[in-house]
Amino acid sequence: MTVPSVLPMLTAITITQIYVPDQDQALDFYVGKLGFEVQSDMDFGPMRWLTVNLPGQPDRAVLLEKPGAPSMSEETAAQVREAIAKGVAGGHLFFACDDAYKTHAELKAKGVEITEEPVDQPYGIDFGLRDPFGNHIRIAQMKQG
Amino acid sequence: MTTGTEDANRRLLRARDAMDRAYAEDLDVPGLARIAHVSPAHFIRTFRATFGETPNRYLQRRRVERAMFLLRSTDRSVTDICMDVGFSSLGTFSRVFRDIVGEPPSVYRQRGPLPPVPTCFAMRWARPSSFGEAPGE
Repeated sequence: MTVPSVLPMLTAITITQIYVPDQDQALDFYVGKLGFEVQSDMDFGPMRWLTVNLPGQPDRAVLLEKPGAPSMSEETAAQVREAIAKGVAGGHLFFACDDAYKTHAELKAKGVEITEEPVDQPYGIDFGLRDPFGNHIRIAQMKQG
Repeated sequence: MTTGTEDANRRLLRARDAMDRAYAEDLDVPGLARIAHVSPAHFIRTFRATFGETPNRYLQRRRVERAMFLLRSTDRSVTDICMDVGFSSLGTFSRVFRDIVGEPPSVYRQRGPLPPVPTCFAMRWARPSSFGEAPGE
């Protein structure tokens, strides 16, 4: 089935969101280990708006959102955190790199939790890891063409 | 604030990740339970309560999923593939494969090559499910 697309209106994907139960710990990981930089870190009263982006790519940010008030009750937030911790909250980030083996070795040396060692795939060489909370991350050295 | 369930889930996920990563190795419940910081009996019980199947079944499905991939993307023999994915006996491999997939490895192989998809999703979506298994299981 082909869904007919309407006339173009949207021009870019600017922010994608993942849940992180602890935003400071998230910064340690995403900035301190993966090499993101903080784009905005703002106190909106009950909510801390925290986005990060890769160096040189300010147009694509990741919102590191803490599950909780005001968008959900503490009871719901606990359910979300439990889902993150068992790997089913849906937080997935996919990255490209120039050298999968080198990146893998560097991250492993930093104590990052590797879930799959680098594998040579038809589309490239990639490996898997988790953030401290249970979100899943994949890093690929894509083949050309 | 962290709940006890959240901590327990994270530790169980770490043990499950170890199965995904080192599926071909000689994994056992005591070793996996140590990763989760619980006793073997508690590990089996809580793993099942959390993920809906026993650790043993999870590992079998991981190995069978890798075997399914190798059967359809290489021309290695069924015996070699059986050993590659961590089974030590062809009889057990054939029985478990058939239980989970619903047909023997040699028949499954005839379905032909697989399209390329990032492995984590291939792993999740192509993996035979415990939640709606082949008839007879």
